[in-house]
Amino acid sequence: MTDRAIGAAAPERPPLRIRLALRDLDGVTLLAVPAVLFVLALFVYPFLYGLILSFEPKAGGWLANYRKFFSEPFLYDTVWTTFRLAVPATLINVFLSIPVAMRVRRLQRRRVLTTILVVPITLGTVLIAEGLLTYLGPQGWFNRTLALFGIGQVRLVHNYMGVMLSLIMSGFPFTFLLTLSYVTGIDPSLEQAASTLGAPPRARFWHIIMPLLAQGLAINLCLSFVQTFSVFPSAVLLGAPAGETRVISIAAYQAAYEQYDYSMASAVAMIMGFAQLFVILLILAGRNLLYRGAVGGGKG
Amino acid sequence: MAIAARDFRELRLDGMSRSFGTVNALKSVTLNVKRGEFIALLGPSGCGKSTALNCLAGLLTLSGGSIWLDSTRIDRRKPEERGFGMVFQNYALFPHMSVRKNIGFGLAMQGVSRSDIDRKVTEALSIVRLGDQGDKLPGQLSGGQQQRVAIARAIVIEPPLVLMDEPLSNLDAKLRLEMRAEIRRIHDLIGSATIYVTHDQEEALSLADRIVVMRDGTVRQVGTPQELYASPAHADVAEFMGYRNLVKSSAARSGNAVNVTIGGAAFAGTPIGNAVNGQAIVAIRPDDLKAEAGGPLAVTVESAQYHGRNFYCSGRTGDGTELYFMADTLVAKGDNIRLAADPARVLVYPGAAS
Repeated sequence: MTDRAIGAAAPERPPLRIRLALRDLDGVTLLAVPAVLFVLALFVYPFLYGLILSFEPKAGGWLANYRKFFSEPFLYDTVWTTFRLAVPATLINVFLSIPVAMRVRRLQRRRVLTTILVVPITLGTVLIAEGLLTYLGPQGWFNRTLALFGIGQVRLVHNYMGVMLSLIMSGFPFTFLLTLSYVTGIDPSLEQAASTLGAPPRARFWHIIMPLLAQGLAINLCLSFVQTFSVFPSAVLLGAPAGETRVISIAAYQAAYEQYDYSMASAVAMIMGFAQLFVILLILAGRNLLYRGAVGGGKG
Repeated sequence: MAIAARDFRELRLDGMSRSFGTVNALKSVTLNVKRGEFIALLGPSGCGKSTALNCLAGLLTLSGGSIWLDSTRIDRRKPEERGFGMVFQNYALFPHMSVRKNIGFGLAMQGVSRSDIDRKVTEALSIVRLGDQGDKLPGQLSGGQQQRVAIARAIVIEPPLVLMDEPLSNLDAKLRLEMRAEIRRIHDLIGSATIYVTHDQEEALSLADRIVVMRDGTVRQVGTPQELYASPAHADVAEFMGYRNLVKSSAARSGNAVNVTIGGAAFAGTPIGNAVNGQAIVAIRPDDLKAEAGGPLAVTVESAQYHGRNFYCSGRTGDGTELYFMADTLVAKGDNIRLAADPARVLVYPGAAS
């Protein structure tokens, strides 16, 4: 009789807590709430606000800002100017970091070199810019030394080169640290195995290291590109902000604080954002063509 | 075209040494290995056996001595110039390459044509019995299968010497037994010399033609499994070969035999070396120390583990010496029983116990 009673009972629904836990939702999930609020308040809301604002121009139809941007060379050229700085700086930083990281990972005193390379991060762009202005300026050590050897003045500030140098100095430590962590994550026994199989160093690099590093490099390219694309202080301080380094962030700044046209500034910011998004999607799409899995040679 | 090891007569290690800073990890190792021989380097961790293997592979440079393959000196060559196959403890399979690409990598590096690579890889896959797994990635294989791929990758380049660094240590017990037989079968099939590093004496005994027992960077004894099992040359080798009872004793020679005392009881033993007299170490395997009604030694049983056919026990003598022994019948903690041992299996070494 008891058997029948059990058999007849409808399958009991597990309590809500259990059902949520099966979907990986439990008390710990609440710890994400501050982060979500933070993102909503400081990213999602300003982004949507700016997006809507950009469609409410001071004059003309809802697309007037965008129409103005893409019809005035003074404005649309900034996109090209920014790319002209950001793309080479990103590529130099990321690809220069590979050989350095490959070497540093074998060093005994890795921490010393890492510290030296990371110091520029702590200094900040403005200090680097001020330093470069004096050091590379017409009366700076660099040009004085050149003069000593009878070489004429080389202009490395207030132009494209100045901004580029600053972007490399401040951007390289980031790419280097990221690449170093990816390189050291590759199991050294893989390279040893390749060498016992007859692969010289060059073949080991191209057949083993690079394919396993590709995923990390893609992420590195994305982060580095975003960082260099939004260059502002060094473009103003070390560049020619009215000429060859008039980057898109300067255009947005001028719209906002020189013409007090917040709507136009928002439109410029949106264009800047979508340009970055475009490049990142391009890199991530390329990443999907590559191997993406474990970089260890063993189990698990 | 079958996969067969490149021909050579002899590999010779001549005073091979390696130090790391002030630590001498490998002290003048000398050894000759013939083609077709299966050598096990056996020793506890830190004894230098892996260092020796890495020196042979070229992954570590020597700080002294030389390595010769017949009349060619090879210790200054880079690993990629030696052409030895190596199987790593963690397999070290290239995770981004398919099984076929992994196995064919060494051949591709030699510039072998694509059709030849294809044929040899197929053959290597069939040797390690992985015929239908060639297009998978290593991550999709089980541990035992990954191990087979690692072996196939090492032998497909037809190396004169195959180096194996504890290749079975990541596998479960059943698979380990299975792969042990496979490794010996493949070794016999391709006819290379194999140098196999392990800390498992059972593995070394069952696989090797000769065992090299190492300790503190030196070779303690070289011999066939039978020699090492029956008569270890030193007390520390005996300890490593499963002589778990090592007891300090005074020893008195009487002709070819030697009389010792264990736990106050007199035993006849076999001296190893001529110097046995006075202070000595007595070594007995647990399976040679048997519970026997009329035995000379009385012990109190402290624990008994059932091992199927018999019991593996530990007990304490009247003077507090702990001994391990076998009992055929059920014994329980607290039982007082007597032990006996065949004099031929009571090995007596000179010196004070370390």
